[in-house]
Amino acid sequence: MRTVIFRTVAPYLTSLMVLFSIFVLLRGHNEPGGGFIGGLIAASAFAIYGIACGVAPVRRALYFHPMALSAFGLLMSTLAGMISLPLSVPFMTGNWMKLHLFGNEIDLSSVLLFDIGVYFVVLGAITSIALALEERDRG
Amino acid sequence: MPAEQVMTLAAIVLPFLAALIAPWLTRRLGHHAAWVLALLPLLVFIRFASYVPKVAAGGVVTGGFIWVPSFNLSFSWFLDGLSLTFALLISGIGTLIVLYSGGYLKGHPQLGRFFVFILLFMGAMLGLVISDSFLMLFVYWELTSLTSFLLIGFDHTRAASRRAALQALVVTGLGGLSLLAGLLVTWNITGITQFSLLVRLGGDITASPFYLLALVLLLGGAFTKSAQFPFYFWLPNAMEAPTPVSAYLHSATMVKAGVYLVMRLNPTFGGTPAWETILPLFGGTTLLVGALLAIRQTDLKLMLAYTTVASLGLMVMLTGFGSDYAVAAAVLYLVAHSLFKGALFMVAGLIDHESGTRDVRQLGGLRKAMPITFVAALAAAFSMGGLPPFFGFLAKEEIYAALYAADYWSLAFVAVAVIGNALMFVIGFVVAFKPFLGEKVKTPKDAHEGPALLWLGPFLLALAGLLAAVFSPLFHAIISSPMASAVAGHSEEITISLLPHLGMPLYLSLATVVLATAIYLALTPARNAIAATLTALGWGPDRGFDQFIAASVRASRMLTAILQPGRLDIYMTVTFLAVAAALLAPMAIYGEWPSLPAWPEDAEIHELAIILIAFIGLAAVIWARDRLTAIVTLGVQGFAVALIFMLFGAPDLSFTQFMVETLSVVILALVMTRLRLSPADHRPTKQKIFDASVASLCGVGFMLYLLAVTEQPFNSYLTDFFVAYSKVVAHGANIVNVVIVDFRGTDTLGEIAVVMVAGLAILSLIRVRAGWRPGMLAENDPDAPRGEGT
Amino acid sequence: MEALFSLLVGALFAVSIYLFLSKHIIRMLLGAAILGNAVNLLIFTAGRLTREVPPIIATDETTLTTAAANPLPQALILTAIVISFSFFAFLLVLGYRAFQELDTDDTDEMRVAEPADEDAPPLGY
Repeated sequence: MRTVIFRTVAPYLTSLMVLFSIFVLLRGHNEPGGGFIGGLIAASAFAIYGIACGVAPVRRALYFHPMALSAFGLLMSTLAGMISLPLSVPFMTGNWMKLHLFGNEIDLSSVLLFDIGVYFVVLGAITSIALALEERDRG
Repeated sequence: MPAEQVMTLAAIVLPFLAALIAPWLTRRLGHHAAWVLALLPLLVFIRFASYVPKVAAGGVVTGGFIWVPSFNLSFSWFLDGLSLTFALLISGIGTLIVLYSGGYLKGHPQLGRFFVFILLFMGAMLGLVISDSFLMLFVYWELTSLTSFLLIGFDHTRAASRRAALQALVVTGLGGLSLLAGLLVTWNITGITQFSLLVRLGGDITASPFYLLALVLLLGGAFTKSAQFPFYFWLPNAMEAPTPVSAYLHSATMVKAGVYLVMRLNPTFGGTPAWETILPLFGGTTLLVGALLAIRQTDLKLMLAYTTVASLGLMVMLTGFGSDYAVAAAVLYLVAHSLFKGALFMVAGLIDHESGTRDVRQLGGLRKAMPITFVAALAAAFSMGGLPPFFGFLAKEEIYAALYAADYWSLAFVAVAVIGNALMFVIGFVVAFKPFLGEKVKTPKDAHEGPALLWLGPFLLALAGLLAAVFSPLFHAIISSPMASAVAGHSEEITISLLPHLGMPLYLSLATVVLATAIYLALTPARNAIAATLTALGWGPDRGFDQFIAASVRASRMLTAILQPGRLDIYMTVTFLAVAAALLAPMAIYGEWPSLPAWPEDAEIHELAIILIAFIGLAAVIWARDRLTAIVTLGVQGFAVALIFMLFGAPDLSFTQFMVETLSVVILALVMTRLRLSPADHRPTKQKIFDASVASLCGVGFMLYLLAVTEQPFNSYLTDFFVAYSKVVAHGANIVNVVIVDFRGTDTLGEIAVVMVAGLAILSLIRVRAGWRPGMLAENDPDAPRGEGT
Repeated sequence: MEALFSLLVGALFAVSIYLFLSKHIIRMLLGAAILGNAVNLLIFTAGRLTREVPPIIATDETTLTTAAANPLPQALILTAIVISFSFFAFLLVLGYRAFQELDTDDTDEMRVAEPADEDAPPLGY
């Protein structure tokens, strides 16, 4: 699998896929997409990178351990659910805030935070699985 | 809750609190902790004693709070003469037992643990007798079984001790289940869950067709707990426990729980032919068997244990007679027995503790060395023998007065009572005379009087037996009469006193004494005769218990071998056959087969093509002979499903499915390259055909099920909800995503947690490579047998 | 159209169960992967089929105006796909590790937890 062409293309492909995954994640609320799909796309991106260039560069590129990313995502989702607590509404109630930035109106919401958490959980868990298996493959 | 009720509640939980602090206290004070710990049951005693005037005047004490309102369940107590007498006996004798334990187990490394167990038991027993609601009674009943298991098995390094503990637990535990069933039947008949209401019900319940069932089940609980024939065997075996346990459990508490239950039920369940036949017959048999077996023993504790069995039989027999006299006799005997038997057990323990043996043949001449013990033993034996001026005398006179009547049935029981009493009389004096009188015999330890902690208990109990008899009018007024009234279900006055009154009871007493003296003089031949008879019989309930346990272990092993053969393919086949049956059977039974669908005319050619591809992919997976084909064909059917999602308005699903299938193929390939195994099928053809039919049955089941579902009109209630509120409330146009992250966010949170845990599990499976080798499981298994001498 | 789907769902179930019944870990893994698809498609079909129109509300509307696919089963399936994938990966690694340690992929020979010749339980106390 480690052909020259694949190895040369893989980093660009991975970056593009990660970018695309973020795009899919953010547009998920109104168009097809969302945290689950985004996370899967990003995880596949890292899996491809791992197959092409080995696991060590992927680990370096990720900087954090994938499971740590996953745990971070779970924490984020939980905290997003807890935003509703100080506002005395039930756990996981969606809260919205409109932000005016450079003349644009941006919707920020606890739901979006939650979805980003989902993204990280899926990304982290599946990347972790894929990388662990790829490592064994060489070992 | 009023302050008065809070105080009572405090008294109920006090033993449990004492159990909590006991280990700490014992570590600080050693065996002197007994002095402090005994204060707590003493407080309980004082608290309950303060109710005596109210109850003596005919009142009852109730209180508590609602616990589970939805089940109409309350934590409540109910104190009438019966409960109060029991509560006083439990806390009073409990105080003395705690003191005695401190002396008896002085220096024992597990003294703190012992205090915990005995105080927990005390709390459970106390709760049992004052519980108002059925369920509370049951919970406390089982608690006494559990704590007595711990107490009997206290010396857990000996197999005999463990066996005795297990036996007590099994017998009383099974009885507890019977009790629960009986209480539930009673609840069903009457709609009542509280004893305070039940005792006022009168005899209505006896007319119910389920009366006999309820009675038998309830008596099953009472008879096992109170060691009635043929369940008596656990009680003597329980003598494996340290003597304080025997003195407590077998005088006033554990074994009396069954008698308590029978007495509690008497006003409601009593007075019927069934009641007046079952109870006297079982009680009388128990009395005779217990008394005869007691004669056979040479161990002081075992002799006392068998007389306890006999006494319990006597109480059940009397309660079963149902007349006012009989109830009074049962009540008097219960109180007398608690006092003298507690004292005698403590004396036996004291002799054992000081001389090093409990075998009556190796004891003698201790009266000089242990004068206080001798006096206490003598007083208790007098009471047990029914001699004046002790309380036992009153009890025995009342018994004979109650039983005597000029018909064969009564005369038979009079004879049983006389023989039983005479035998118990003998045992009482064997315990009180043999070790103390005669020549001084060399004992393993040089005997001398024990410390105050040890003799205080028997001495005070014996004294109580004397005082209660001397001041009998007062004692009857405050204790016996209220208790007898509670048992009889109507007001009853007990008048018997120490003044001798000529009549049949006195003559019967004299006959008892004469018979007893004769047996006492011929004790050794009598003992040998009974021993020879038992050897001839050879097979008692005690061995039956062993057979029962062994049989259940074997039966469960056979059952396990059938249910869990350890072969995955059998589990799978059974599971999927059950699935097929669950799917097809309802349709077959109710004839709700789906109608045959028409060919979908609107199916587009590309849709048909994709479905066809899916079918081909599936078929190829089955017939794949090498790894690569299997992986690729698996991918084919997965991508076909993804395309189907795409074509039917589910782009989100489609993307996800594509990514997942890709990743599945990737990781499958990664693993398969390492796993050099062929995916080809190795089953024999017959097996293949069978498996294929099971699988087809399931497949057809799911197909028909889905057809039947889609033929029904669609209920769009939930869908409409999400469609209507997705944008308005949750500000999202992609309804699928809104449902996932907003409407069902908590659900999704759980799901991503699962994903993460799966990732963690996989990581640890791969990483943890500490070389496993066969036999490692057994080494780490705490249940695996180890080399230890038992 | 639902009838055709029912047939496909039935076939998916039958194949996956047939694979489960074979005694080889690898075939069981394939069965597990297919079972996920079978269940998902079952739920999808039970929510009725609508062609091509995804359940997405147009920009200037507050609710769906045209007949679109049922969003509820889709939401259920979406998470189910990801979870069944995690589960599949777990099974895969479990089977792989079991093969490494026990040197067999035949379930008849994997009897560490329930050995065939287990001793009788002790009858003492």
